Amino acid sequence: MIDFGFTLSKSSTVDLNKIDHSRYDQLVKLVPTARMCMNCGSCGATCTVSEYKGMSVRKVLYGIQRGEDVKAMLSSCMLCGKCTMVCPRGINTRNLILNLCKLYD
Amino acid sequence: MKENVVIIGGGVAGLEAAKNLHRLGYQTFLVEKNKKLGGHVAIWHKLFPDMASTKAIIKEMVDDIKDVTVFLDTQVKTIESAYGGYQIAFSNGVNVHAKAVLVASGFELFEAAKKEEYGYGIYDHVITNADLEAWMNGNKDQRIPAAPKAIGFVHCVGSRDLKAGNSQCSKVCCMTAIKQAIEMKERFPNAEVYCFYMDLRLFGKKYEDFYINAQRDFGIHFVRGRVSEVSETIDGHLQVKAEDTLIGRPLKVQLDMLVLMAGMVANNQIKPIVEQAKLEIDSDGFLKSSDNITHIIESGRDGIFYAGACTGTKTVPETVAEARAAALAIHDYISGL
Ligand SMILES: Cc1cc2nc3c(=O)[nH]c(=O)nc-3n(C[C@H](O)[C@H](O)[C@H](O)COP(=O)(O)OP(=O)(O)OC[C@H]3O[C@@H](n4cnc5c(N)ncnc54)[C@H](O)[C@@H]3O)c2cc1C
Ligand code: SF4
Ligand code: SF4
Ligand code: SF4
Repeated sequence: MIDFGFTLSKSSTVDLNKIDHSRYDQLVKLVPTARMCMNCGSCGATCTVSEYKGMSVRKVLYGIQRGEDVKAMLSSCMLCGKCTMVCPRGINTRNLILNLCKLYD
Repeated sequence: MKENVVIIGGGVAGLEAAKNLHRLGYQTFLVEKNKKLGGHVAIWHKLFPDMASTKAIIKEMVDDIKDVTVFLDTQVKTIESAYGGYQIAFSNGVNVHAKAVLVASGFELFEAAKKEEYGYGIYDHVITNADLEAWMNGNKDQRIPAAPKAIGFVHCVGSRDLKAGNSQCSKVCCMTAIKQAIEMKERFPNAEVYCFYMDLRLFGKKYEDFYINAQRDFGIHFVRGRVSEVSETIDGHLQVKAEDTLIGRPLKVQLDMLVLMAGMVANNQIKPIVEQAKLEIDSDGFLKSSDNITHIIESGRDGIFYAGACTGTKTVPETVAEARAAALAIHDYISGL
């Protein structure tokens, strides 16, 4: 075959039909309030490590619903609980992270 | 003159209802706990969407009720059901037997100091939406710098916040924030103006125009993220922290002043009336209507009606429309229709 120098880029589209929802489904069974996130960003703004490691409970929660790999973020969490104090929807974010870490184990 | 009707609260709801009930021939008593009429609107400067002067609006409404009996600086002491109506004793010593009562007691502004992380009453340059309106009306305010270079608006203060005890959206404050952002930019064209929002809720007639103008004509910056905390720097600036949720990174900015969009919450001072007249409180803390679709002005108790922000967050046109509807409903009720 003649090589024309073309390559195919990987599609970046989030295909909701193909995403594995099982981990998120397990999570909401363990922490039902996980569904209440309104993406306000308070958790990430106040997080002790967000500035350096990009941690944000919001991004974790949203990420797993869109098929992203959130393991690196999770492992940077220091479980300090600051995010739980600021969440306006009263989500038990620290507990959520703990449970999610177990699901990834 | 026909039967007695008592209106509790002299904001735009009470004023509009008083005018209409008086015209329908009822002996109308309007009681207002403050020393002047107009309620919250009398504090505001200009009303969206027309940017109409509140002074002119309130003056017209007050002129329209000059033949109504008005008790200022007066409260309802007791109210009890009697002889097919209500026997009411006012704090000024007057007693009235009313065939019908209209509760038009409005709302309260969320106490911004309760959100301690925003520093209202702690830092020098943090004010509320209401403070800014009062300042635009000529009130002096030391907290507003002479020439601010960076101004921030925090949306949803005490609203959409379970921890502040109010999960509801206060509805008028996105619009108020954008209105005030534009007004500040007009006064201080060199200032950078930031709105920190979670969702922009511009639901009413021509409201979206304000958003478009704010972007296109005034270059106001919209940051999608809830402010998590505010701190004061050594040189007296305010440092605001949020997550820019659109880019997914923590964000900070230094400002010269910050305006907190305190929300509309239920007026708790009417608790005694609620208890004595056996009214109900809804799950959102406001007075509970018979239903929230076609009977919002009805209390479910014979002869007691509602109008305006006492049943939930309302704009002025919504409040005025309800007040007129309530006057007619009272007329129908007394006429036995
Ligand atoms: C910052 C801000 C800006 C706003 N700007 C606009 C705008 O530009 N355009 C717009 O359409 N809407 C605006 N609104 C909404 C507007 O303020 C309300 O729609 C309006 O005030 C509702 O009128 P009301 O008469 O029901 O209540 P209120 O204005 O709260 O009046 C109630 C009155 O009842 C009196 N009262 C309460 N309890 C008692 C009692 N027990 N006995 C006797 N009297 C009592 C109070 O003193 C008060 O005078 C704004 C709201 C906020 C918070
Ligand atoms: S518990 Fe984890 S995610 Fe929450 S603020 Fe602390 S470090 Fe950040
Ligand atoms: S603070 Fe709570 S509601 Fe806000 S983004 Fe984080 S988890 Fe979601
Ligand atoms: S109207 Fe806007 S600022 Fe006010 S509570 Fe609703 S979303 Fe927040």
